[in-house]
Amino acid sequence: MDIIIRAPGQLPSIDEDNLLRVICLVTAATLLVAAGGLAFADGSGDPAAVKSEDGKYFDKAGNPTYKIGADGTVDWYTYSGYRRYHSECHVCHGPDGMGSSYAPALKDSLKTMSYGDFLSTVASGRKNVTTSQENVMPAFGDNPNVACYMDDLYIYLRARANDAVGRVRPAKHEDKSKAYTDAETSCMGH
Amino acid sequence: MRKLLRATGLGAMAVFTAGSAWANDEVNRMSQNPAEWAMPAGDYANTRYSKLKQINASNVGKLQVAWTFSTGVLRGHEGGPLIIGNTMYVHTPFPNKVYALDLANENKIIWSYEPKQDPNVIPVMCCDTVNRGLAYGDGKVFLHQADDKLVALNARNGNVEWSIANGDPSKGQTGTSAPLVVKDKVLVGTSGGEFGVQCSMTAYNIKDGKQAWKAYSEGPDDQILVDAEKTTALGKPVGKDSSLKTWEGDQWKIGGGCTWGWVAYDPSLNLVYYGSGNPSTWNPKQRPGDNKWSMTIFARNPDTGMAKWVYQMTPHDEWDYDGVNEMILTDQSIDGKARKLLTHFDRNGLGYTLDRNDGELLVAQKYDPKVNWTSGVDMNKNSPTYGRPKVVDEYSTDKQGEDHNNKGICPAALGSKDEQPAAYSPDTQLFYVPTNHVCMDYEPFKVSYTAGQPYVGATLSMYPPPGETNMGNFIAWDGKTGKIVWSNKEQFSVWSGALATAGGVVFYGTLEGYLKAVDAKTGKELYKFKTPSGIIGNVTTYEQGGKQYVAILSGVGGWAGIGLAAGLTDPTAGLGAVGGYAALSNYTALGGTLTVFSLPKE
Repeated sequence: MDIIIRAPGQLPSIDEDNLLRVICLVTAATLLVAAGGLAFADGSGDPAAVKSEDGKYFDKAGNPTYKIGADGTVDWYTYSGYRRYHSECHVCHGPDGMGSSYAPALKDSLKTMSYGDFLSTVASGRKNVTTSQENVMPAFGDNPNVACYMDDLYIYLRARANDAVGRVRPAKHEDKSKAYTDAETSCMGH
Repeated sequence: MRKLLRATGLGAMAVFTAGSAWANDEVNRMSQNPAEWAMPAGDYANTRYSKLKQINASNVGKLQVAWTFSTGVLRGHEGGPLIIGNTMYVHTPFPNKVYALDLANENKIIWSYEPKQDPNVIPVMCCDTVNRGLAYGDGKVFLHQADDKLVALNARNGNVEWSIANGDPSKGQTGTSAPLVVKDKVLVGTSGGEFGVQCSMTAYNIKDGKQAWKAYSEGPDDQILVDAEKTTALGKPVGKDSSLKTWEGDQWKIGGGCTWGWVAYDPSLNLVYYGSGNPSTWNPKQRPGDNKWSMTIFARNPDTGMAKWVYQMTPHDEWDYDGVNEMILTDQSIDGKARKLLTHFDRNGLGYTLDRNDGELLVAQKYDPKVNWTSGVDMNKNSPTYGRPKVVDEYSTDKQGEDHNNKGICPAALGSKDEQPAAYSPDTQLFYVPTNHVCMDYEPFKVSYTAGQPYVGATLSMYPPPGETNMGNFIAWDGKTGKIVWSNKEQFSVWSGALATAGGVVFYGTLEGYLKAVDAKTGKELYKFKTPSGIIGNVTTYEQGGKQYVAILSGVGGWAGIGLAAGLTDPTAGLGAVGGYAALSNYTALGGTLTVFSLPKE
């Protein structure tokens, strides 16, 4: 399997193979670094942002993360993730990642779920069908409205899991970078 | 042939003349028998009114639980049971089990049926895996499954007599609505407005399940079963390509207009009535045009499916105000003249009264005072915008544009009322309406269509109207004048179907799980009991062995279980706000029970 090295700010185009490649790359990277014995704050480790590129922030392990300024200004991805979450995920998982009568609260799930697991769950879906429950999550890997915004969703929910963002629409946010707009247009096809 | 009385004036009883030889006589007769509950809405007029009066306003305070039944399923329990003779038919959410209970013999299970369905249909159901109930006709019980199959079961033994695929879940089509038996046919709608499905109402022969006709909500005239010259809208012929002209290019093919609500029938006019849902997507800028015939009340001939009249309530929807709520048929007097009316409490917050014979618009008034997206419907017959709601620019998500967060729109997308059906009492001539009292911020943005995947395109945030804390009201409404007569605040949206009885009592259920009884004239609360889980089902009543019973399904879920479980928040509270409004999850958890009440033994 070829590993395609991409610059961090670049979104994968909506091609199943490429998506899988990105997931493999990131999962491998995460596992490598996780062995270093970090102080875990959530499922992907210490969420503190240590570097950024084109408006996207990364933690020590290289996982995407949020950046909240002292005055409450959030990075673009956290803001975008709020919007995308409330369009695509809210219908089952409830508002603000709080859960519904049948789908889990993602603000809790991400306390223990890693970035790699998040990507693969959203891409492939989930089936929990037993005699007492019928909970099925669809596979969003082929849905550009979700697949093109995986990192946005992850970053927003990671912020919620760490209580960095409350149950509100972020009032102030950094601007959308040109690199982001270009990647979004190429991924969505318009 | 029975001749039924029809009188005008106060206290008039609205009944139908049994003039048509082909009105499914058996079902029609049963629906007039107060001991039974022969169809989902109680009767063809969708009044949810019972002539039973053993339980009345003076003794309902003594109501007790008579018996209970666990459905064996968790998730949202919408709809209610059917009672045919001594048998009660109970249905469930996915996997859509059906039970036949022997009411004369310890409520034993005579037979049960569990369909085998692919669980991959579950994630294609936008708003929980609900089912709104069964239909009965000619010795068969009809089940509309989540996978959009319509199945006819032998009412005596539960054997499958026929099964037909009404739609394709891989394209986002699913089934949640209750079918309706009309003459020799059974009508069924389809769901999928959040998945870009081109929806339809279809009629199948009861005998063998063969399709009799299919009427789409949008498309060419021959697909939507509309006659350019004979079908009218507000008195005028709709003209050629009335639907196609209001869509850009081929968008009508993924247009929505889904038919997941209730169907009413007038046997003497030989018309069926139902409404269509939202156009796809939720982003109005991606689908310019009026998007006909989404958000429309249809009056169709049940033999051929041909539309006699139509009326679009929310042209070019910008808020997801589906038009599928029940059509209640009453005969009342307006300005001294006896009229055949149709009353409809739409998601958009307007209570409509129309003449059900020709579709004339008589009343369109807000049934929640906080509704703000419109300043009212143009009632001037000579105006070029006659019948259209005047949209307030500030709350127009189309005008404010994509990627703009439109604040403070009332009602929220879940509407001033969702599918939970109202009731009508001919004794008081009042409608009893379970309402939502919630507003929203709505932000549309561009989305792509993929078959079988959600095609939404808007961000939603909901909260009670500013300054208020109650998310629901149970109201009494005068449809002749368009006025609220009394209003009972409820902490949460009232999401159950109401029941009105000749005993002067009105019943409804709350999301916390209370079954409540109120006085039909004043709204005074007379009884309440907390059932095992939140109620989104429809209250039903029947008589067995000389005793009157009231039955209700409990099992929290539906859209309320998604949007309200964690509680709504105050959008003005700022970052890090704690608390907000009451959370449904503080009052109830998942359940699946039928609770049946009666007066204590003497």
